Amino acid sequence: MKVWPIFKKEMRLYFTSPVAWVVLAVFLAIMGFFFWSIFDYFGRLSMQAAMQPMMGRDLNVTDGVMRPLFSNFSVILLLITPLLTMRLFSEERRSGTIELLLTYPVRDGAVLVGKYLAALALYGVMLALTLLYPAIVLYFARLEWGPLATGYLGLLLLGGTFLAVGILASSVTENQIIASITAFGILLALWIMGWAAESVGGTWGRVISSVSILEHFDTFSRGILDTKDVVYYLNAIALALFLTLRSLEARRWKG
Amino acid sequence: MIDVSNLTKHYGPVTAIRDVSFSVAPGEIVGFLGPNGAGKSTTMRILSCFLPATSGTARVAGYDVFKDSMEVRRRIGYLPENVPLYGEMRVAPYLDFVAEVKGVPRAERTRRVAEAMERCLVTEVQHRLIATLSKGYRQRVGLAQAIVNDPHVLILDEPTIGLDPRQITEIRSLIKSLAGDHTVILSTHILPEVSMLCGGVIIINRGSVVAQGTIDRLVDEFFPTSRVLVQVAVPAAAVREGLAAVPGVVAVHEQGVPGDGTWLVESPRGRDLRGEIFQLAAQRKWPLVELRRVGATLEEVFIRIVAGEDTAAPGPGRDGEGAA
Ligand SMILES: Nc1ncnc2c1ncn2[C@@H]1O[C@H](COP(=O)(O)OP(=O)(O)OP(=O)(O)O)[C@@H](O)[C@H]1O
Ligand SMILES: [Mg+2]
Repeated sequence: MKVWPIFKKEMRLYFTSPVAWVVLAVFLAIMGFFFWSIFDYFGRLSMQAAMQPMMGRDLNVTDGVMRPLFSNFSVILLLITPLLTMRLFSEERRSGTIELLLTYPVRDGAVLVGKYLAALALYGVMLALTLLYPAIVLYFARLEWGPLATGYLGLLLLGGTFLAVGILASSVTENQIIASITAFGILLALWIMGWAAESVGGTWGRVISSVSILEHFDTFSRGILDTKDVVYYLNAIALALFLTLRSLEARRWKG
Repeated sequence: MIDVSNLTKHYGPVTAIRDVSFSVAPGEIVGFLGPNGAGKSTTMRILSCFLPATSGTARVAGYDVFKDSMEVRRRIGYLPENVPLYGEMRVAPYLDFVAEVKGVPRAERTRRVAEAMERCLVTEVQHRLIATLSKGYRQRVGLAQAIVNDPHVLILDEPTIGLDPRQITEIRSLIKSLAGDHTVILSTHILPEVSMLCGGVIIINRGSVVAQGTIDRLVDEFFPTSRVLVQVAVPAAAVREGLAAVPGVVAVHEQGVPGDGTWLVESPRGRDLRGEIFQLAAQRKWPLVELRRVGATLEEVFIRIVAGEDTAAPGPGRDGEGAA
């Protein structure tokens, strides 16, 4: 498998185009803002709690800070991950470079995995940089490690799924804008399902909520590591990548 | 080295090539000719394993392009028609990437890349962004990526398009230097280039191969007569009759502007009529301005084949009419 050269090439292209840098900067700025505002809110809340001892018993950092924080993170991911993947196949098709790439002795699968891992690595770097914020908090207050670790694992899996859907969208069109909007649309639809599940209720509600992409994220942000959720995301990633491979193959036949 | 048999490709309702068969011997440079839309690029895309054919088979370096695509891909260098390159990459790192993907061992990579850059004359732009290169330089970088792994077979789709005259000469001598241990199939619209570079030609028109062989053989086949160009400065009709009456003349055609007094006289191959024509002109007191033999060029062969096809043979979708 010649994944490595493809991976290196994609990383190189990410950082020679301004898109990656802009996305990185915006992501860090927004995350920083959420972090700050939630801590600020929690700080004031606990100050009040100190004055009214009755209320203070229910307050803890996990529920008060981490859960809302991670849920905000996931919204940002929804908006930002399509921007990381939109280029991957669309641009190769638009500029025609796919014609050369797919005649080199490298399997379509290796090309796909190389590209996906590059997107994942870039996302991993972004995520790692946001660890700066918990580090700052740690300086002032006590932090619970468990929920933090599971939360970040959840973010990695959630983001990984979003990226896989994004790469699928990028393989069906040669227009980057259409690729990112399509990815955003699919992700939004998978997300909204979660709300629909509540109003439908019953067996169907449970089925819908088991498909919904965010439903599975909640346990991570509560500090619980459930294999069911991990498997859900890994399956979703595998499915999206498999569909991408089929779409590449179909494109070949169409010429 | 390249064996194509009964290759057919449909793009939806469009038939790009139909029943194409030809073969190219190892070490040969073959020109692939045909008018626009004839199906040259389509055939080359199938040979390079980018497109699957609708039916028929193609073998390159002994492997089937569909079943053993990886083996074929390891042994070819391909230059697509529009030379797609990554504009945001610099030349040397780009070629290094290609060499790595093509499986050139790490230890040899730097040397191979330097060699390819030197042969394709891009060493001086190796640190430039590809997007900032001129068309000719992009073309040469495209050629460099094709030869960087020293493949057995080169598939070049219009390799000299967009180059300046000096670069054309340089690239041609590069291609020529590849003959012998490489097999090259190249498409082009510049016919003198084919005469210069290629041993054989394959002419394709409207998706079907209409002629193949060495240039000399095609000239013999399509121009079975010797031809003499005659220019005299007297009125037309008398000259035509006079020339036609010369023993051995097969046909007389008016050349150039009508009334100009220029005629093309055909005789059976090997029979030189210049003496008889001179005698005739002397007898009739025609002022003879020019008298010379003309050989057929590849251009004429090409035009005769393609024009003949277009008037005589049925086009795609009109098969029935040919027999009627
Ligand atoms: N992707 C495609 N979809 C539909 N039709 C196509 C496609 N590519 C090529 N064709 C058609 O197939 C036929 C052959 O095209 P091809 O590009 O092989 O011609 P060519 O001989 O390379 O011409 P040129 O000299 O202009 O490069 C043309 O009629 C063309 O319109
Ligand atoms: Mg072409």
